[in-house]
Amino acid sequence: MSSATREIDRIVTWRPATVSEVIRETPSASTLVLDVEGWPGHRAGQHVDIRLTAEDGYHAQRSYSLASAPEDGVATITVERLDDGEVSPYLVDDAQAGDVVEIRGPVGGWFVWETTQGGPLWLIGGGSGVVPLRSMLRHHQLAGSDIPARLLLSAKAPRDVIYRAELQSWDVTYTYTRETPPGWTGYARRVDREMLAESGFAPGERPRIFVCGPTGFVEGVADDLTRLGHDPVRVRTERFGATGG
Amino acid sequence: MEHLDGNAAAGVLAEVFTMEATTAIVTCGGCGASGPLGAAVAYVTEMGTVVRCANCDEPLIRAAEIRDRVVFDMRGTATMTLAAGG
Repeated sequence: MSSATREIDRIVTWRPATVSEVIRETPSASTLVLDVEGWPGHRAGQHVDIRLTAEDGYHAQRSYSLASAPEDGVATITVERLDDGEVSPYLVDDAQAGDVVEIRGPVGGWFVWETTQGGPLWLIGGGSGVVPLRSMLRHHQLAGSDIPARLLLSAKAPRDVIYRAELQSWDVTYTYTRETPPGWTGYARRVDREMLAESGFAPGERPRIFVCGPTGFVEGVADDLTRLGHDPVRVRTERFGATGG
Repeated sequence: MEHLDGNAAAGVLAEVFTMEATTAIVTCGGCGASGPLGAAVAYVTEMGTVVRCANCDEPLIRAAEIRDRVVFDMRGTATMTLAAGG
């Protein structure tokens, strides 16, 4: 390789990341704070690819949304365990401070929100789909934005809500699909058109909408939003499907 | 298998393109529809990534990472427009 070629540092390539802290969020999800040498910073909503290598050289690689805000200055991911997964059980249950994994990113410029894009900002999450949306909310807060912002979050039960304490400082509507808290008078069903119309912004307010969750959730919500009259161009989606784990 | 959004292919795309690829406008060589790559349909497996047209399901990009090489097959993409300096 010529020295001229070497001068061009490749920004996006695999590099080592050391786990500096593991925070248990729910029975099935953990947040990992990653120390990445030369971390270039990121935008709210971006993701990273994480690669694990077994002793025999076998690679397994998955994508995870960044949970931290750009202003946090660190790369933080939150991982939910899929019981038959190859990567997530290790990251959720076994990873410890000092462990080293490989990271590629931050990547993705499509599912990104920055205060300069304006709003209103409407975030709709299913389960651990809240992760990139939390990055956007933290960005909104730490940047001191006064753009109206709302989150609609669907979870199976209250104990499954990631970032539960932190979410109290934002305008969040919850719906629980399997188990509700005692005395709950809020939504207790899957997200539907009526719920979107009641809890969100009207099409005339021209919100910027970000939807993240399992494939079925995202497709149902995106379809309902279109039927309610929201401009599909202003709806951005991020599905996590059976390729997770 | 379940599909993801085109942004799921951002990692392997970023290995190859110096400009942000998921916001690039791609025109399908099959049906002529165009839209942002991040809004296309992605299938991600250990074997590689296939990004398909959201309109006609034709493969736009096939990408495979084999040891220290990345192989791209973009014959389904008629044009790809990237924002310079973006």
